[in-house]
Amino acid sequence: MNLLEAKNLYKSFGNINAVSDISISLNVGEVIGFLGPNGAGKSTTMKMLTGFLEADSGSIEIKKTDLSKDPINAKSIIGYLPEGAPSYSDMTVKSFLYFVGKMRGLKDELLEKRLEIMLKDINLSEVQNQIIETLSKGYKRRVGIAQALIHDPDILILDEPTDGLDPNQKFEMRKLIKSISKNKGIIISTHILEEVEAVCSRTIIISSGKVLLNKETKDILKKKKENLDSIFRKITK
Amino acid sequence: MKLYIEKLMIIFNREFTGYFRTPLASIFLLVFLALSAGMTFFMGQFFQRGQADLNSFFVWHPWLFLILMPAIGMRLWAEERKSGTIELLMTLPVRNSQLVLGKFLASWFFTLLAIIMTIPIWITVNYLGEPDNGVIFISYLGSWLMAGCFLSLTSCLSMLTKNQVIAFIVSTISCFIMVMAGFGLVLASVRSWAPLWFTEVIQSFSFLSHFKRIQYGVLDLTTFIFFISMIMICISINIFLVQLKKAD
Repeated sequence: MNLLEAKNLYKSFGNINAVSDISISLNVGEVIGFLGPNGAGKSTTMKMLTGFLEADSGSIEIKKTDLSKDPINAKSIIGYLPEGAPSYSDMTVKSFLYFVGKMRGLKDELLEKRLEIMLKDINLSEVQNQIIETLSKGYKRRVGIAQALIHDPDILILDEPTDGLDPNQKFEMRKLIKSISKNKGIIISTHILEEVEAVCSRTIIISSGKVLLNKETKDILKKKKENLDSIFRKITK
Repeated sequence: MKLYIEKLMIIFNREFTGYFRTPLASIFLLVFLALSAGMTFFMGQFFQRGQADLNSFFVWHPWLFLILMPAIGMRLWAEERKSGTIELLMTLPVRNSQLVLGKFLASWFFTLLAIIMTIPIWITVNYLGEPDNGVIFISYLGSWLMAGCFLSLTSCLSMLTKNQVIAFIVSTISCFIMVMAGFGLVLASVRSWAPLWFTEVIQSFSFLSHFKRIQYGVLDLTTFIFFISMIMICISINIFLVQLKKAD
């Protein structure tokens, strides 16, 4: 089933074309790895897909709902981790997740259940009453993931979810993404190529706001008989 | 409509309790009470005047609010932009108007709390004499409405920068202009070169002239509409600015 259909997205800031003619289609069970050098337009594209930025032209449909015409309903289907995992640092982990859950429209009983699941699955139980400001970078990132997942969204958009995590935490995060990907569509932007090889079913490489490659990850690796690292360097040069 | 209010209240609660999560609330309340009491009793010569009214209390409010309202409101949007939480907030299924109204109302009701905490002065004046409590009530209401104008203006300006200090300075200057617009000296300097209608427009925008009328117990429709429409104009501009500046 198709979850997200973005067609011919364009976005410019002044004279700079941040995104030029990008189209993305996301289906259930698919994990798209969004790759590109710094300034390629990854974050801008994600901001458009989540409704934070409006595209100059092009269309985005979230489960057949036009994002520009009905942003409230379209946004409620998406879970989003912005770059840097921002959160309200003066709140405790639990109260922050509670706030996001309420804003997502969850009723008290369901919210309590989801909170319990999030705290357990994302290993936040021991810091649930701690002020976010006092947490390590790894924990803060996990709080960001938890708020994106609190309403059990069909679509998950994660901007550099493993940035700043130690190798163990990265491993855990990838395991988590894989485990929830069966009945969701996920888009991940990352710099880490091994991450794409490990969790992503499809790879999209962009540079200067344009899609350079959009293929099944296994096909890229099979055909080229080389690793993603060398392919990435070759086409984004 | 119910859902609209529900989301607005979630934002309101987060913002309102936010004041108490840091020492900001206690510092603000302490400073407000100390300054308003100090100005009333020492500079306003509350006892020496020998009159059972609260004129010497309310007369300082425009000047107190000039500094204290930008101090409360400077963080409303500047902090969201600086920390990046604006991206999180605006990708939630919520309307910009709910965010702006929720934040503004939280700061306005926090101010109401500060104003309510000055009620012992009202009790004191009733103990000492027989004041016109109707006038005092109207003055309290007017004071809160004026605080709302300062806050809505500050909220609007805090959307223009990521730096809270800049938001504070720009808001204080803007509020100062709004207060000073009614001052004789300013009006005289404008009158010397501008047509009469322009001077009248400037005077009609002054918080000071409107608040003075309230202080004498006159809360007429014009004054009431002035404060409410000022708040509504600032909130509308704020909603527009949120859309315009969110990603800058």
